[in-house]
Amino acid sequence: MEDAKKLEAFQAKIDADIKIEPKDWMPEKYRQTLIRQISQHAHSEVIGMQPEGNWLTRAPSLRSKKILMAKIQDEAGHGLYLYCAAETLGVKREQFLEWLHEGKAKYSSVFNYPTLTWADIGAIGWLVDGAAIVNQVSLQGTSYGPYSRAMVKICMEESFHQRQGYEIMVTLANGTVEQKEMAQDALNRWWWPSIMMFGPHDADSAHSNQSLKWKIKRESNDELRQKFIDKTVEQGEHIGLTFPDPNLKWNESTGHYDYGEINWDEFWNVVKGYGPGNKKRLAHHKEAHESGSWVRKGAIAYAEKKRRIQKTA
Amino acid sequence: MEKDNQGILWEVFIQVKAGRPFKHVGSLHAYDKEMAMQSARDLFTRRNEGNGIWLVMADDIVSSQSVDDEAFFDPSNDKVYRHPTFYKVPDGVKHI
Repeated sequence: MEDAKKLEAFQAKIDADIKIEPKDWMPEKYRQTLIRQISQHAHSEVIGMQPEGNWLTRAPSLRSKKILMAKIQDEAGHGLYLYCAAETLGVKREQFLEWLHEGKAKYSSVFNYPTLTWADIGAIGWLVDGAAIVNQVSLQGTSYGPYSRAMVKICMEESFHQRQGYEIMVTLANGTVEQKEMAQDALNRWWWPSIMMFGPHDADSAHSNQSLKWKIKRESNDELRQKFIDKTVEQGEHIGLTFPDPNLKWNESTGHYDYGEINWDEFWNVVKGYGPGNKKRLAHHKEAHESGSWVRKGAIAYAEKKRRIQKTA
Repeated sequence: MEKDNQGILWEVFIQVKAGRPFKHVGSLHAYDKEMAMQSARDLFTRRNEGNGIWLVMADDIVSSQSVDDEAFFDPSNDKVYRHPTFYKVPDGVKHI
């Protein structure tokens, strides 16, 4: 039994904005929520490399190829920071990978959509990374120390990601008729999945209230979504693109954009594994992991051999 | 199936530039020292974050229990004479 006194002291620390560190006492549900959320975040970074990797060999210039490679390398690093942050909660890296492969752990559904054209790489950087940045900037203030530190580092590194995506959109929007159509088509397909990234509406969000009380999350799904929409619409209009939502309009009285109904059936369908790319993404991750096992075995054997030599020397 | 092995956990410390203290920046997994150093460079110093790296196996770190364990740090509170503000200096005395 977790005694009420400890829980009270814990909440007092949270309320005073004192970060929780790995060895501190924490309620079991706080720990479990973090394990789920941070590992899901880590998996998203890693799975997110796949839709972008799809265009690496077909990037239109050496410049764009180098940039995309640097961005994908960042995503790998972000996955690793986050796995380490999650591991401080007492779960091993091997276990996180197992849960992912067994389908017990989720990753952001947005990465289950395919990247059909080069413009999709632009749309991902601009919209998907843009949405992720809004979320991650907020999470810098999360109450769990290792998660917060990982977020600070990730936000610092990610600042170029959204710009590189937007630059692709700007270039296409100012290009030929076909190129502009390509940019518009990408925006049409990525807009709704991007705003779905913030999760269900506050009223329907299973974990939100407790997470806000424990400051695991600092702002609600709807607040973050609104922030993202408010800053993104102008960026799209600036380059002559239109958003695929007839109800999207500036509301003078609220000082925010109103937006249309989100298709939650589609959202839950993709979350449950029936999206256009779920099977492929997971199968690819498993295959990459399994075909890399000889490298791990070799590295272990080499490390052991060196230790033996060191001992006898 | 054979058990997966993701290697040893290392803690990474980076010195921003000569003269500064090494600061903890995060952790990584690697099977040996050389691999840990390569990965630390790739992971933590892609943007001129520093020019020095320390790596310590996480298992080798000895750490205090937690901030909840206040008694451990108690002695520092009753020795205020360790701080310069404890001492009286006559008016007009400078550079001390």
